[in-house]
Parts: sequence; structure tokens; C-alpha cells
Amino acid sequence: MTHPLQDLMRDSLDHCVKCTICETYCPVAAATPLFPGPKYVGPQAERFRGIGPEADRSLDYCSSCGICTQVCPQGVHIAEINNQARAALAQDRGVSVRDKLIARPTVAGWMGAPVAPIANWTTSFGPFRVLLEKVLRIHRHAPLPKWAGRTFQNRTRSRRRAPNVRAPERQVVFFHGCAANFYEPDTAAHAIAVLEHNGLEVIVPKQGCCGLPLQSNGLYDDARAYVRKLVAQLAPYARAGHDIVATSTSCGLMLKREAREILGMDDDDLRVVSEHLYDICEYLVMLDDRGDLRTDMQPVEMTVPYHAPCQQRGHGIGTPALELMALIPGLEARQLDSVCCGVAGTYGMKVEKYDIAMEVGRGLFEQVRASGAELSVCDSETCRWQIAAATDRPSVHPVEILYRAYGLG
Amino acid sequence: MTRVVVIGAGLAGLVAALHLAEDGARVTVVAKGAGSLHLSPGTIDVLGYAPERVESPREAMAGFVASRPEHPYAHLADAINDALAWFVACVPRMRFVGDGEENLLLPTAVGVPRHTAFAPASMAAADLRAGGRFVAVGLSGLKDFFPRLLAENLMRAGLPGVSVSVRHAEIAASPRPGVADVAGQVYARALDEPAFRVAFAAALKAVIEPGETIVIPAVLGLAKADEVWDEMQERLGAPIAEIPTVPPSVPGMRLQRELNAALSRAGVRTILGPEAVGYQSDAGRVSHVSVREAARTRHLPADAVVLATGGFAAGGIELDSYGALHEKVFDLPVVGPPEGTPRLSARHLDHQPLMASGVAVDGACRPVGPDGNVVWPNLHAAGAGIAGAEPWREKSGEGIAIAAGYRAARAILEET
Repeated sequence: MTHPLQDLMRDSLDHCVKCTICETYCPVAAATPLFPGPKYVGPQAERFRGIGPEADRSLDYCSSCGICTQVCPQGVHIAEINNQARAALAQDRGVSVRDKLIARPTVAGWMGAPVAPIANWTTSFGPFRVLLEKVLRIHRHAPLPKWAGRTFQNRTRSRRRAPNVRAPERQVVFFHGCAANFYEPDTAAHAIAVLEHNGLEVIVPKQGCCGLPLQSNGLYDDARAYVRKLVAQLAPYARAGHDIVATSTSCGLMLKREAREILGMDDDDLRVVSEHLYDICEYLVMLDDRGDLRTDMQPVEMTVPYHAPCQQRGHGIGTPALELMALIPGLEARQLDSVCCGVAGTYGMKVEKYDIAMEVGRGLFEQVRASGAELSVCDSETCRWQIAAATDRPSVHPVEILYRAYGLG
Repeated sequence: MTRVVVIGAGLAGLVAALHLAEDGARVTVVAKGAGSLHLSPGTIDVLGYAPERVESPREAMAGFVASRPEHPYAHLADAINDALAWFVACVPRMRFVGDGEENLLLPTAVGVPRHTAFAPASMAAADLRAGGRFVAVGLSGLKDFFPRLLAENLMRAGLPGVSVSVRHAEIAASPRPGVADVAGQVYARALDEPAFRVAFAAALKAVIEPGETIVIPAVLGLAKADEVWDEMQERLGAPIAEIPTVPPSVPGMRLQRELNAALSRAGVRTILGPEAVGYQSDAGRVSHVSVREAARTRHLPADAVVLATGGFAAGGIELDSYGALHEKVFDLPVVGPPEGTPRLSARHLDHQPLMASGVAVDGACRPVGPDGNVVWPNLHAAGAGIAGAEPWREKSGEGIAIAAGYRAARAILEET
């Protein structure tokens, strides 16, 4: 915890005027008395940290949604400070086997992928989930994705091309994240189809996990190692001038900002990758602004509820998904005003936090159900799994709607 | 379609954004954080002191402006009535009462009578101009609200010509029984649910006497405040008046909610988090606002811009270590305390010249330089960033924010 960037985050707490705006916007504090709010556990408790008796442990109930930092009018990096303090707390207490496991999506991913049908049967088998809850403290009703069998990496071997310095603007690099690799290869494939439909060639280099779940579970050293490895894989493409496009908003945010601001990383590979990295909706809107986006869209006669997830809002790019969906004839996308679905990556999977996560998302689920729509739209994968499970209808990435409008599937 | 970027999400910025979007502009609000409505009492001050107590803002305005030609109202006086009427209609669930003709006289949480021009109906029954018998009821779990202090101070206020009697009581009904420090919004969210209303009303019923008006901290519901207030009055058969608390302030949160809903209906795009760090210009006009996103600086194209980043207190105006004042986004000329004069006074509520610093504007709310010339023809300012006001002394904050936001929006709509 000695990196200058981390100090910069921590120093921002001097700007806190204790106005309580973060507390009034915090979705977790509104859902449970167990979490007193971001100011209480953050700028207020921080002055007691590292000087002897510890501040209280309610900090562990922070979900790291990041809304406090977004709303703070004084520019205090509340979420980042609290993430770092929570990591210190986890180190102090010891990180549980459960947290070590769910923090490594690649482990479960590789275990299940070769035996997907059996693995999927197991995780949807009630008695096994009860056992999983007893042994590993993963809630029996927590939404778990289904393995897709062959990984996305494996399916896209032919797209592993070297950087092309001569025409980098024609070729984009696709950063798929673990969810697409193991569980939702179709979403990633459809994203590629949409990019190709717009005249771009898509490279899918070999790539690993961004380490975000490790960071969320307090395993910073491991998270840094993952980030270093991943940005080493992507940096040569960024240096050659390729844009990097991501469908996972949270993994994208990890590379854009969180590795720097939370993990305190500041190396050349990370910098060049973050400068070239775009969320896919952000990228497509940018094409549209330049007049390069194809608008040969077929009508999609639907009204769909759209949820801009917390990590998506953390990009600070507005809601490009809504702008894209507004281009589709017949489609009406309505943004929900509930701020968070509750799951926050791995938070809502944990037995001691599942009920809180469901309460955080209650308003959102009610709005989706009340809309009567056959599906909902959301950029972030774990949020989609949570919303789909809680509302009994699919939740899809915005690029899926675009894929349909382009008549690609 | 006119593209407008509004910088700042406080009351002035949101008013400008809403009025522009309702008239068909494509509006993006970008702000480094939420505005401070969650800290505000949810009332609309227009003019409370000039410097003596103002009974009628409408009558007092001409004289006030004549004596203070450097005050923001000097440019806004003719817009304010339209702006307020429009604003009140935009947030119908706030049920604002007042007409700008006569100030209401409402007690604060410490029992000091305070003038304000518009207040939610849920506060109006405590209007002290009519006098009355009140019982101030505290909630044992809500700290920083002292019914005895409120009652005794109001009894001492000595309002001429009216009879006010106040006693005090406390109830224990709480959404978190046994917890000493329960935030106002926790009460309010619990009261949004019908179940807690029953227990809460029963506890209140036990401490009131016939003929009294109940004065209670403003926690009666958040999303369903109108319904909660109606139901409570019906259950108790007595008028109820909410008193705004120290922050966080539930009525301010309600106002933010209602404004957000109106902005969403009007199609305003809001981006919270990234800070506006500069601009680009083309042919003598501002062409882009530069915004620091997660990994890059993006330049948002704009046909017109509303600068609503606030004054010194909110960080729109900064003082550097050499004692020079700066406007942070456009580096506009700043009007502040003259060289060699005191910037601050020792007493908190006294004249504070530094806090009144800001940009000077013309009649269309466009920032002007020392020569009186407009800096950018398509840049407008609104709210506390305009120089010359001391809202905490004048009780003018919301009036300036709403009138300036509205005027800036009208000017943009008329130009384009």
C-alpha cells in the first residue's frame, strides 16, 4: 500500500466534507442495517486505520459498486479507498477458500469446460447446491452461469493474428473476458459479427483474466500478476495502433481505470492498453459519430427495459447502448431508474450477502417484471445473470439486439 | 437539433437541462458528482433578507436590484416569475405552496423562523404567520433533532401580532428499534412501506392533544411522500408539518428524485463522475467540452454550453496559492474581493467576500470580461458561479439557480 497512486486516492479523503451525499445514494446502505454507508466506513473510519485498534468491520459489506465515487461532489475516491481498506481487512482476517476460488473464474471455467453437460447438471442440481452452500458458503440460489463447452479462445484460434502496423485502423482487437470465454461465447461471437458487419477485421489474441474478482476479494498481489500478464498480451496490439474492444464492462473498467486507481499499477503496458480500450457500445457510437456505422437495420418491434450497470457508469461515457438502440427502427429501449442489481460480481453469490444483493436489486427486478417485456438489456454479465434469475426472463447484452437488427442471426 | 452540454448537476444545471430538453434540444449533463440537493431543505428561497426581512419577494425585488446592480438578480429579475411558475409545475409531486408574492415563515430545526418563498405542502402547516398551537415531536432514533430546543426557541422568537405556543414530545417508533443513530432516509424509506406507517401513526397519536399542529422532522416518506403525508394526517386527524433536518435532508432527496424523473422523461443524458477539464473552440465559439473519462479525455461536441459548476464553495471557482481566483473549466475572468481587501470574515454567517466571487454575466447569462464584452457567444453561466450573491445571508439560493438556469436555457433556445 505504498504506491504513489494509492496515496493519491487516499489523500482525496481530505476533500471529504462529510456531506453524506454518498450515504444517501449507497444502494447497500439502503438495503441493510449491516452496512452503515460509504462515508462511515470510508473517510470517517480511515483515520483509525493503521494506527492500532481497527475500525469496525462493517466495511466488509461494501459491494464495490462504485456509486459513492460517482456521486461525490468533492472528488473523493471513496470506493477506491474502501476497496483498499477492505483488501487490508481480508488480508488481516485471512481470505477464505471460497473467496480464493470464486476470485479465479478461470479455475472453475477450465474445470467445467471439458465436461460442460455434467458440470451444468451438477450446478443446477438442488442437493449439490445445498452441499456447495454448506461447504463453500456459495448461496444455493445464487445465479451461476452455464458452461458452454468449447471455450471462446478455442473457437477463435483462426483469429490469432499478429499486430498489423500498416492498417491498424481496419483491424480491431477483441477482449472477451472470462465470462464470454467459458459461459457466453455466443455473445462474443455476435459482437464480432456486428464489428465485421461494419467493415472491421477482428483479431482475438490469446488472453487471460483481468483479475477483477481477485481484486474484489482482497487478493491484490494475485490480481496484479493477472493484470500484468493480460496487458503484456494486449499491449503489442495497442502499440501497433489497434483499438481494443471489450464486451465486458467490468473487465474493461479494470483495464481502463481500476488497476491503476485501486491496485496502484502504473506501467507502460497498462497505460497503452487503457488508452486504446473501448467498451463495445462506446466504440460503435464513436463509429456512428464518424459516419462509419452501418444503419441498415431491420425493425425490431419491442419495448425493452435497459439497465446501465454500475461498472458501465464507471466508464464515464454516458449510455452508448441507449444511443445505439435508438437507431433501431421499432425498438424502444427504456432506461430503468434503479441504480444497482445488487450482485456486484461475486458479492451476491456469497451466502452471507445473497439476501442483501436481492434486496438491493428489488426495485430493478420489479421494474423489469412490470415492463412485461420478454427480455431485458444490460451490458454486464454477472448483472445479466442476476437480473435474469430474479425476473424469470433472459437478460441480454445490447450487442445482441444490434445483431438481430442487422439480420445477422 | 441543438446540442447543449451542461456542466454541473446542481439545481441551476438541472433546471437549464430540463428547460432546454423540453424545448427539443439534445442535452448532456456532465458533472464530477451529484449536486447538493440531498443536503437542501427542499424549499425555494427567492429573497428573504435585503438586508432587512422581506415579506414579499416580488415587491422587494426592484429595490433590491436597484441597490445591488452587481447582484445576479440585476440580470434575472424579469425572468424569475416565469421561471418559478414553470419550475413548480415541473415537479408536481413536491406540491409546492407559495406564489412568490408573500414569503412563508417556517421554523427551522432549531426553532428559528425563516422566510422562504415556496415550500412543499407537507411543511406549510407550520407557517408561523398565522400563529397556532404546535407540538414538536422528536424521534428517539434520529439524532440532531431536538424538539425541546425547537419548542423553546420558537416560544422565545417573539413574533409580532401572532400567538404561538409550542410544547414538545418524543416517540420511540423506529424502523431499527434499539439503534441510537438512524438516518432520516432510513425512516423515510420505512414509511414508504404501509406497514411502518401504522406503528408510526399510533405512536404519534399517543402524544398529541386536540387542536395541535404536529411539527415533526421531515422524514415522512421518500418515493411515496405525498401518499405518506396524506395518510398520516388522515390517521391522526390533525395537520402535520415537516421540518427540514440537518443533512442528509429527505425533502431535498425528494426534489432530486422528481427532477431526475422529469429529466429522464425529457430525454436528458446525465453523466456523473467525469470532470470537465477544458474546452475546444472554433471560429470564436466554444465547440467542445473536454471531459476526463475513465481512461481518456473526450471532447463532447456542443453548439452551446451552460456552465453550472457552482462558486467557491462547490469548487467551480478556485483560489490558488498566490491568492488569485480562477474559473476551472474555461478560465473565465473572475470577479472577487478587490486586492488588499479582506476575503473572509471571522463570523460564519457574516459578509464573506470570497464566497460571493464568480463570473460576471450579461442579460443572457453569458460571462463577460472586465470590459463588459461577452467572452464566448455560446457560453452561458447559471447558479452560484455567477458573482455577487450571498445566498446564505439573502435567502436567495434557489431563486438565483432557477432563474439563471431558466434564463440561460431561454437564451440558447432563442439564439438557435
